[in-house]
Amino acid sequence: MSDTPKTTVLSLTEEEFVHPGNRACSGCSMGLLYRIGAKALGRDCIFVVPPSCMTVMQGLYPVSASQFPIFNCTFASTAAVATGVRAAMKRLGRTTQVVAWAGDGGTSDIGIQALSGALERGEDIIYICYDNEAYMNTGVQRSGTTPCSSLTTTTPFTGKAQAAKDVPAIVAAHNPTFVATCSASYPLDFHDKLLRAKQMRGLKYFHIQTPCPPGWGCEERLTIKIGRMAVESGLFVLYEIENGVKRLSEPSARLLKKGRRPVRDYLKLQVRFRHMSDEQIAALQAQVDARWDDYREAFADD
Amino acid sequence: MSNKCIDSGNNAAAHAARLAGVEVVAAYPITPQTPLTEKLSEWVASGEMDAEYVAVESEHSALGVCIGAASAGVRAFTATSANGLLYMSEQLHWAAGARLPLVMCVVNRGVGAPWSVWNDHQDAMSQRDTGWIQLFVKDHQEIVDVTIKAFRLAEAVHIPVMVNYDGYYLSHTYMPFELPDAEAVRAFLPPYVYKHALDPQRPENLNSVTLPDARRDAGGVLRGGYMDIRHNLQQEMHQALAVWEEIDADYRQRFGRGGAPVLEAYRLEDAEFVVVAMGTLANQFRDVVDRLRQEDGIRVGVLAVQVYRPFPARQLAEALQAARGVMVFEKGLSYGHQGALFADVKSALYPWPARPVLRNFIVGIGGREIPTNELCRNLKQACGQDELPPEVADTPNWIGLQL
Ligand SMILES: Cc1ncc(C[n+]2csc(CCOP(=O)(O)OP(=O)(O)O)c2C)c(N)n1
Ligand code: SF4
Repeated sequence: MSDTPKTTVLSLTEEEFVHPGNRACSGCSMGLLYRIGAKALGRDCIFVVPPSCMTVMQGLYPVSASQFPIFNCTFASTAAVATGVRAAMKRLGRTTQVVAWAGDGGTSDIGIQALSGALERGEDIIYICYDNEAYMNTGVQRSGTTPCSSLTTTTPFTGKAQAAKDVPAIVAAHNPTFVATCSASYPLDFHDKLLRAKQMRGLKYFHIQTPCPPGWGCEERLTIKIGRMAVESGLFVLYEIENGVKRLSEPSARLLKKGRRPVRDYLKLQVRFRHMSDEQIAALQAQVDARWDDYREAFADD
Repeated sequence: MSNKCIDSGNNAAAHAARLAGVEVVAAYPITPQTPLTEKLSEWVASGEMDAEYVAVESEHSALGVCIGAASAGVRAFTATSANGLLYMSEQLHWAAGARLPLVMCVVNRGVGAPWSVWNDHQDAMSQRDTGWIQLFVKDHQEIVDVTIKAFRLAEAVHIPVMVNYDGYYLSHTYMPFELPDAEAVRAFLPPYVYKHALDPQRPENLNSVTLPDARRDAGGVLRGGYMDIRHNLQQEMHQALAVWEEIDADYRQRFGRGGAPVLEAYRLEDAEFVVVAMGTLANQFRDVVDRLRQEDGIRVGVLAVQVYRPFPARQLAEALQAARGVMVFEKGLSYGHQGALFADVKSALYPWPARPVLRNFIVGIGGREIPTNELCRNLKQACGQDELPPEVADTPNWIGLQL
């Protein structure tokens, strides 16, 4: 809640759970997110990870890039394996956090069945979907959360024709304990939401936008900036849903009063959107404007 | 309290899982397995069984839950049939590759399409190369004993074990069987300990990406690459046969019976002809063989293959050295080739001096009735004709076709 003190770069724990050096691309925002998120999670947790950039980032057998026990599972079974680990912790009388950490493909496509099952059962796990908006590990193919018009290797030339699945909304429809959207460009927002989620029982779902230089066609040095622009343009909205009540998180709530950046600024920094016509950009801007008109009504009191 | 009961095969399996001290059960319904896991859910709900029961949304997840639980250090169990087993296929490979000591009952059923709920062995046959140990049992007593023993085997060799029993023939029929005493089972099967259990105190990255070649770890120790890891599984799979024999001997000593040693011979001492079969079919053949011996004076016996993977090639070849003819009857196929068991038996015999005449019979696919008279007739005929052209002898004979 807003009354809990916010973590700042100064108050963030200096303890590291991720070894220096890993196999992420330079400029990968997911790697940064993982490092900061780990600080919130603390040492007493077990990770369950399906095939994804995260698998590779951790390093190749027999070395590991982090100081957590990590179980690498099959692509479709993240939430089920986490369920099993959770059941074991219960049997062993341990309160260890079970954290599923999966990509958007592993969450929105192949893994959605297991996730839906775990949501319905109310498993006591933290499920983190980092959304780099395509299958990056296999070379930038479209996923269920790839945005409309985005170029990928399986949506070449004109980009993806369909809109992205709204996974947090799908998750929210299961009525879990907690749903939060985050951005790798606001890692402390993620950190503090994790701290709160740790105190809750039931399934806590995080959906995090993680800009990806090779997949998005952007400069490595710009990933944090691009993630910020996604939020500042109102395209990617940070919010949380607790007990069914949705609240905009600070970086997005701020936009209710302050103006938003044009989405064009965000799009133009990325090769994957470079082919978009002025009409397409205008249509996207209109969609975002309409969404924010709704938000202004819905969150008038915030 | 008497430990004797008359109950279904599925309930026999449920009793075994409970006695084995299973702590996490995950399952998804599929006929004819369903009553087994329903029974476990009933016991967990009533407090008769102290375990977590997870009713999952698919078989892929059922095995996923077991994989997670076993990796985190508790004994886990599931069961399935037919398409449920196929839906798990990816997880089957994963569990074996991760060397997880899981036990799963597979209540054998024909595989769709077209749908069939009736028994044959195609489900298990299609998954025989997943790296699981596969056991086949013949009656309710064996379901109980073998399932309990399977946990000890799995945990001794770190390889998952599939206990196969015939749908309906065993799952839904009632037979008398005896349950071992719970205390005695606890003494036979020590608590589950998993050396690499996921533990924040001792972090390890399990099943991470490997390379073709060996690499040194942070301590400078050379660790095998993917191929070396695979080689270890193959070697230890073979060693599992000897371990199973030891476990069987120990169980016999404690409980007075074993159930499903590697191979089980019936009237083989003086047999000129031998029937090789698995599951309840091997039981049915005891009658067939008795009749042929009595009515026609044909010296014929039965060899039941009870450990199918790892394949007991040497033991089988030795047992068949004196035979003039070997007839493999089976309920599963390697499509485009021949009966899967037949191909295994043939390859087991090849390096040995004796080369009996071999015949392959396919029976009971998708629950087609297997009349004992038909088995008698076919077996008798096969025993009389040892000079068939190789291509004919090598072609499976389908018994009971209605074309
Ligand atoms: C059953 C199965 N199908 C396909 C694959 C190949 N595969 C590995 S990672 C991956 C894409 C992962 O994408 P995502 O979940 O979005 O994570 P990212 O790589 O973007 O981090 C795919 C398709 C697989 N491992 N398993
Ligand atoms: S492909 Fe993208 S998400 Fe994957 S490691 Fe590289 S930058 Fe990170």
